[in-house]
Amino acid sequence: MHLELGIIKIKDVQFGEEAVIKDGVLYVNKNELIALALQDDRLSEADVELARPGEEVRIIPVKDVIEPRVKVSGSGELFPGVIGKMETVGSGRTNVLRGAAIVTVGQIIGFQEGLIDMSGPGSQYSPFSQTNNVALILHPIDGLNPYAHEQAVRLAGLRAAAYLGKACKDMAPDELEVYELSAVTDTTLPRIAYVYPMLSEGLLHDTYLYGADVKKILPTLIHPNEVMDGAIVSGNCVSACDKHTTYHHLNNPVIKELYRRHGRDLNFIGVVTTSENITMAEKERAADHASKLVKFIGAEGAIITEEGFGNPDTDLMMLCKRTEAYGVKTVMITDEYAGRDGSSQSLADAVPQADAVVSVGNANEVIILPTMKHIIGDLKPAEVIAGGFVGCVTAGGGLNVEIQSIMGATCQLGFGKLTARGY
Amino acid sequence: MAEKKYRVVHYLNQFFAQIGGEAEANIPPLIKEGAVGPGIPLQQSLGEGGKIVATMVCGDTYFAENIETAVEKVVEFVSPYKPDVFVAGPAFTAGRYGIACGASCAAVSKKLGIPVVTAMYEENPALDLYRKEVYIIPSANSVRGMREIIPKMAGFVRKLGLGQEIGFPQEDGYFPRGIRVNQFVGRTGAERAIDMLLFKLRGEPFQTEYSMPTFERIPAGPPIKDLRSATIALVTSGGIVPWGNPDRVEAASASKFAEYNISEVDDLTADAYQTCHGGYDPVYANDDPDRVLPLDAMRVLEKDGTIGKLHDLYYVTVGNATSVANSQKFGKAIAEKLKAADVDGVILTST
Repeated sequence: MHLELGIIKIKDVQFGEEAVIKDGVLYVNKNELIALALQDDRLSEADVELARPGEEVRIIPVKDVIEPRVKVSGSGELFPGVIGKMETVGSGRTNVLRGAAIVTVGQIIGFQEGLIDMSGPGSQYSPFSQTNNVALILHPIDGLNPYAHEQAVRLAGLRAAAYLGKACKDMAPDELEVYELSAVTDTTLPRIAYVYPMLSEGLLHDTYLYGADVKKILPTLIHPNEVMDGAIVSGNCVSACDKHTTYHHLNNPVIKELYRRHGRDLNFIGVVTTSENITMAEKERAADHASKLVKFIGAEGAIITEEGFGNPDTDLMMLCKRTEAYGVKTVMITDEYAGRDGSSQSLADAVPQADAVVSVGNANEVIILPTMKHIIGDLKPAEVIAGGFVGCVTAGGGLNVEIQSIMGATCQLGFGKLTARGY
Repeated sequence: MAEKKYRVVHYLNQFFAQIGGEAEANIPPLIKEGAVGPGIPLQQSLGEGGKIVATMVCGDTYFAENIETAVEKVVEFVSPYKPDVFVAGPAFTAGRYGIACGASCAAVSKKLGIPVVTAMYEENPALDLYRKEVYIIPSANSVRGMREIIPKMAGFVRKLGLGQEIGFPQEDGYFPRGIRVNQFVGRTGAERAIDMLLFKLRGEPFQTEYSMPTFERIPAGPPIKDLRSATIALVTSGGIVPWGNPDRVEAASASKFAEYNISEVDDLTADAYQTCHGGYDPVYANDDPDRVLPLDAMRVLEKDGTIGKLHDLYYVTVGNATSVANSQKFGKAIAEKLKAADVDGVILTST
């Protein structure tokens, strides 16, 4: 598979007559975006607002973030099996509006939605404080059940990303990112697999692989290019800090880094996708099959990431234990829940084999976020979302919350540069 | 510019204060002017900036047997000297002395707000008792390590005396206190993970960023002799609360548990109860809260005589992202309440 991502750099977003990119500015037609969202008759009302890095704007409650893209050549369409026709992706050219993002906002579905601050201390924790955001504010019809509500919002976000992506289909990219898993001739380089668990616990905790509900899959071997080209879609909001948005999947940093060092320091041999289900039997089945696949493809080492926390800590530890039992060395990426004062033990499960762990931060750490001039969405859910608490909204409209309420603050794909250290 | 001057009080046991050996271990707390015993090389090592103004002394046996009084006296005696730093030991492997050093430091830090430091060997039992509250520098396992430890202690005392920020344990050479603090670093988690894996594969040393915790295992209680006369209580971490969540138990990272009376309730219905838990699909729990807190089933067992009685109160919190430390606190408090109410057994439901 040879995949080229044609990067079109976006440095600003503005409303305009039509969806078009000029001199690095993405222009969007508000009415067209609203009409597109309301094609789904489960949504009664939609609005669009723009938020740029550095502005005194807070977006809350956020469900998903998606990078606008378009398939230019090669098989498949954007988000195959979900909004695109079902065909394998990962080859040819895909153009990307890098620096732009669709952010889905609106009436809260569950407690696990998050916030994005476009400036101030909160902005250093979220990658989406640095993107030019097109916020879609979506309201369901009365009485819509939460499953249908979640699906309607998820699909509206993906459709908007595909719609904006089309605007750059014929453009010459500013740069090309090329992904090809070329054969490695140096046989001394270690063979490394990536084990990629995705949350799959039910409403607001689901992920889709080519449209397949991940809680129903057996662990599957896929080519890394498929991930980078839209095979995985987020249907979930675990805590905002450690859910993988669709944007994170499209830009998986473990895959990017394994590619960067492929053929030089290591031999990247494939991605094993797996689930994080709720029952013990399902967890054991997933860990058994995933570790077996890792061994089967001849890996000597494996990176294991995590999505969510608590219950999925068990999946992480099972994967570690079983993979190590096959003689495959592992490193895991996890965040911590060490309490607001940092003095608690951080994980819900542990095995002695887990001797190599990257920590991406303590999600319980409290941060004071100042009042913002403008709120996109509604500030009130701050008290009920994961990471908020009663009284966390100050009189002036500032917030006193755990960083777990900030989108992507402790992303366990290792997207950010945060860590926690023991004092 | 001359360095800021700072005042130091040093804690020693009767032996190091050159009062006597085990025969003198019963002496009560006393304070002496200036530096004594290991305080003399410590003073030399501190140089001009820091001055050991007094040495606090107590017999090890006295301290161990009268720990509360001893600690009070230490605070009382040290306070008038208005030190900028309080330093104790080194205690090496001495258990009682280690505890005296740790307890004195902890008390002075807490009561007087003065920065404190001590030193001991890694297997000293006092280490785990005080490492969370007190900076403890690793020393050798015997007094032969005195020459080596004194400059390290002096360096640390100097930092504290000058009000300099203490860095991470690896940098400033103290036992990690187990406090996790967030920090931005130069490289992403993904980059660090791949580096770590390559080190691990090559068999080269690497530093994990989080050492696995050891979990407290609770042995099961003795079996209930006669279930038919037993009072059974329901306790859940699944967030089932009266509708509207009157006590505002948090959806995640709970700071509390709540207690509700169910003596008049036989069935948890969707109009009266809900879950406030933010970590699982709430739809099924909200449709029928008995699915998480099985009150209806318990009433059947109560009616048919399988159990004696269902306890009138149930306890609820949210397990989602709630720290283990908070969970332990809630667990102990709930257990005390249940015990006081003569409850014989508990059904714990999670999610």
